Amino acid sequence: MPRFAAAVTVRLKPGVLDPEAETTSAALERLGFDHHGLVHADRFEVLVEADTAETAESTASQMAEQLLANPTLHTYEIEVQPE
Amino acid sequence: MSIAVIQFGGSNCDRDVVTAADHLGLTAHRVWHTDAFPTDASGVVLPGGFSYGDYLRPGVMAAQSPIMSQVEARLGRVPVLGICNGAQVGAEAGIVPGSFTTNTSARFRCEWVHCRVETTSTPFTAAFDEGDVLQLPIAHGAGRYLADQETVHALEEDDRILLRYCDASGETSPAANPNGSVGNIAGVIGTHRSTAVMMPHPERATVPAVARSSDGAPILRGLAESVS
Repeated sequence: MPRFAAAVTVRLKPGVLDPEAETTSAALERLGFDHHGLVHADRFEVLVEADTAETAESTASQMAEQLLANPTLHTYEIEVQPE
Repeated sequence: MSIAVIQFGGSNCDRDVVTAADHLGLTAHRVWHTDAFPTDASGVVLPGGFSYGDYLRPGVMAAQSPIMSQVEARLGRVPVLGICNGAQVGAEAGIVPGSFTTNTSARFRCEWVHCRVETTSTPFTAAFDEGDVLQLPIAHGAGRYLADQETVHALEEDDRILLRYCDASGETSPAANPNGSVGNIAGVIGTHRSTAVMMPHPERATVPAVARSSDGAPILRGLAESVS
């Protein structure tokens, strides 16, 4: 069966305060970096066996829905490439 | 008849709950999460700690543990109380709506707080009067309760807010909110009124020799004595 490399990127929903990103941003400022809008995201990469890219994407989406993301807090994006 | 205190890898308040229960003359036993769920359990506590090192999100790994389906199967039949990490487990398992995430301050807060009793129509708060101000300790880095506006409104409409952070006079000001929780919410009730989670630790406010307040005692006694 074909294998696909799926990447699931999980981010906080817009408007959800991210104290860790704010702390990181403050540290970057202390290092002298002029910057704006730092966003932190978690990226999960996984190999999935599936007949088609659509099926692999659906599997990765279920992973996000059931575990990797929390619908109260997060949005997620999925990219699928043939391995 | 016994309270089952579910012990996950990384739980660290399970013994405290048993000690507090002993002090109150109640029977509580720790139950390792891979062991069989005790069929005679008359109540369940999901205790505090750092289950599975808070990997991914606090509570999410423990929420996947098979014993949680045993707990979920008993909701409404026996009272279930999630405390601190147990509250995070309960939210991740979906036994209450919403989620607990990183404190606004990004700091771990370990201190005594005041909480106002928002409803007495649960086993946990039946011994209080609505508006009573309790002194309870917190110890968490991710206690900021979040839920969308619609969910919070529905919780309020259904009288499902258990506790709110407040000052000593019972005012729910932003200054009295230790973690940025929406609406100063410190505890919420699930679909059944005998299911609740709370970030403050009632078991650490039960034994006078080690606590400045024993306001947590009625919460644990209510859990043990309720017949749902």
